[in-house]
Amino acid sequence: MSFSLASHLQELDDLIDREKARGGALIPVLHQAQELYGYLPRELQDYIADRLDLPQSTVYGVVTFYAFFTTRPRGRHRVGVCLGTACYVRGNTKNLERLSQELGVCPGESTPDWRYSLEVCRCIGLCSQAPAIMIDKSVHSKVQPDQVAEILSQYE
Amino acid sequence: MTREELERIRAEAKQALEARDMTTLPEGELKPPRPGEVRVVLRNCGQIDPTRIEDYIARDGYFALAKALGMSPEQVIDEVKRSGLRGRGGAGFPAAQKWLFARQAVAARPAPADGSPPAYLICNGDEGDPGAFMDRAVLEGDPHSVLEGMTIAAYAMGATQGYLYVRAEYPVAVDHLQKAIPQARKLGLLGKDIFGAGFDFDVDIRIGAGAFVCGEETALIDSIEGRRGEPRPRPPFPAVSGLWGKPTSVNNVETLANVPQIILKGAEWFAAMGTEKSKGTKTFAIAGKVKNTGLIEVPMGITMREIIYDIGGGILDKKKFKAAQTGGPLGGCLPEQYLDTPIDFESLAAAGSLMGSGGLIVLDENDCMVDVARFFMDFTQDESCGKCPPCSLGTKRLLEILTRMTRAEGTPEDLLTLEYLTQNIATTALCALGQGSVNPVVTTLRHFRDEYEAHIRDKFCPAGVCKGMFHYEILAECCTGCGVCRKKCPEGVIRGEKKAPHEIDQPNCIVCGDCYKACKFAAIAIRPGPTEKSRRAAHKTETPQG
Ligand code: FES
Repeated sequence: MSFSLASHLQELDDLIDREKARGGALIPVLHQAQELYGYLPRELQDYIADRLDLPQSTVYGVVTFYAFFTTRPRGRHRVGVCLGTACYVRGNTKNLERLSQELGVCPGESTPDWRYSLEVCRCIGLCSQAPAIMIDKSVHSKVQPDQVAEILSQYE
Repeated sequence: MTREELERIRAEAKQALEARDMTTLPEGELKPPRPGEVRVVLRNCGQIDPTRIEDYIARDGYFALAKALGMSPEQVIDEVKRSGLRGRGGAGFPAAQKWLFARQAVAARPAPADGSPPAYLICNGDEGDPGAFMDRAVLEGDPHSVLEGMTIAAYAMGATQGYLYVRAEYPVAVDHLQKAIPQARKLGLLGKDIFGAGFDFDVDIRIGAGAFVCGEETALIDSIEGRRGEPRPRPPFPAVSGLWGKPTSVNNVETLANVPQIILKGAEWFAAMGTEKSKGTKTFAIAGKVKNTGLIEVPMGITMREIIYDIGGGILDKKKFKAAQTGGPLGGCLPEQYLDTPIDFESLAAAGSLMGSGGLIVLDENDCMVDVARFFMDFTQDESCGKCPPCSLGTKRLLEILTRMTRAEGTPEDLLTLEYLTQNIATTALCALGQGSVNPVVTTLRHFRDEYEAHIRDKFCPAGVCKGMFHYEILAECCTGCGVCRKKCPEGVIRGEKKAPHEIDQPNCIVCGDCYKACKFAAIAIRPGPTEKSRRAAHKTETPQG
């Protein structure tokens, strides 16, 4: 997976122009840029810094501060395992272990075919249906280790 | 928009709402109110279609705004002050006081020459406490109540621009707000000259990017300005110099959702609920080892026992209650003797915990308190912004010590170090995150010291959580020989004849706990010391952590 800034440059420029007018544009720009490109490599960060007239260090500082931003490419499907309190006490570490086994990757990594990436997240607000797993924007609640293989297979 | 027009919309919308079958709406985690509940903030959730402003108006929505704009800002502040409304996000600071300070700060400086807003109102929807999801429920289920509350608050304090900060983890809430704001603008309930009262106010959404510390108000302000969310020392307080240096009030979602009801029904109505110093209702998110999990709203002053046993239906699987964790990662764990304490801001603080945003997680006999303390420390250590050393270094050291303890490597000195460090961090950290980060450790040390000692002295985890620090034994006198454990065992190391006591082949047991969970007769006990296999496994693998 090689990065190409040109692939979405027009959209990127448009959104930067749109956001620039408002105060505090950096975070909204990063959100949308990540949506476009999937992740925020240095090349993209530096371009944004340039366009927003900010030091590269500021952009890098913000990208690395917030957990939502990622500097590495991710798989087509983001598998997020909640390790918030409710999910933790209801045994989501067992699901995480099983997912890690099934996919053959550790949390924070992606499968070699870029189909999935495995992530740990903190509370997705489904605590009453713990343990919960979020894949892309859909949620799976009250998950048992035996169900994870079947759940994964729903995502191509 | 005029009041008459609003009344016309209400009359029409009411009929339409009654004619509609609301049960088609996804009910989610919100169940019909249970006995003992009083719904103020959650009154519309599940009762209306949150994507239709008419539904909200049908249930008297925006009438409070009409009423407030007929009052002077000082009268609005006074009404809310008399109601006794305190911030629902954690610390419990009186809401009206924040607006008053900001209002005074606006008056004390010249009006901005560049036409920029004189002051800002921020709604804090960065609900980061794992285990709490009331803000998500309100933003998803009744977004207009928050917008109306914001507009009233802005009028009271003198702000003309508002920001609603929502977590990126809540896409549905963002979607509903993105629909609600243009609807309100279209009816003239946001924007210029609202209700012809000469008051302008508009709201912009800001989406968080996953940083727990941004729930702290000065960090939140930094984040909206587009920077790393690092708390600032105070003074100056945000009320004097906040967002872009202007007077700013930061209020929580639940706080703001209370405001329209207070204006509509009066301060006395609100103040009649709750305790002497904590008025009104509070939402709680009950989760963990309790039968009925979910969101509830109850008058302040209710006891934990009522919440857990009467409303929550008691502990799962007939286990024994061990502790209730309130206030999220900055709160504490309260044991049985606190079950009958009335819950309000003061009593929870006195017990070493926090109201926080209202997360309440029930722990049972199979939760290890040392591991729970380690879990929270792992969280805060990870979320520490890194600005002040007591927090950034201190939480790291605490985590190391607690991790050692859960791996049978703790020493007696560790307990002293924990006490010394927690005291230091609590008094020297810059913001509430650092200061509160020690609460889970302090409260578990205070109330469950024996568990810490067992981990250190006997290398034993009595709850059966910490790997390599216990094993299972079948109690011959309790075993009925039903054979369930034998069938469950993935390793096939349980032996026994039907109707005769069974036995575990200890050296080959991996201590997975499947038999323990399956046994209906409490015939399997947790005992000190690892089995050969579990000891080796504990050394090899580590629990994955975030
Ligand atoms: S703790 Fe997992 S969803 Fe809240």
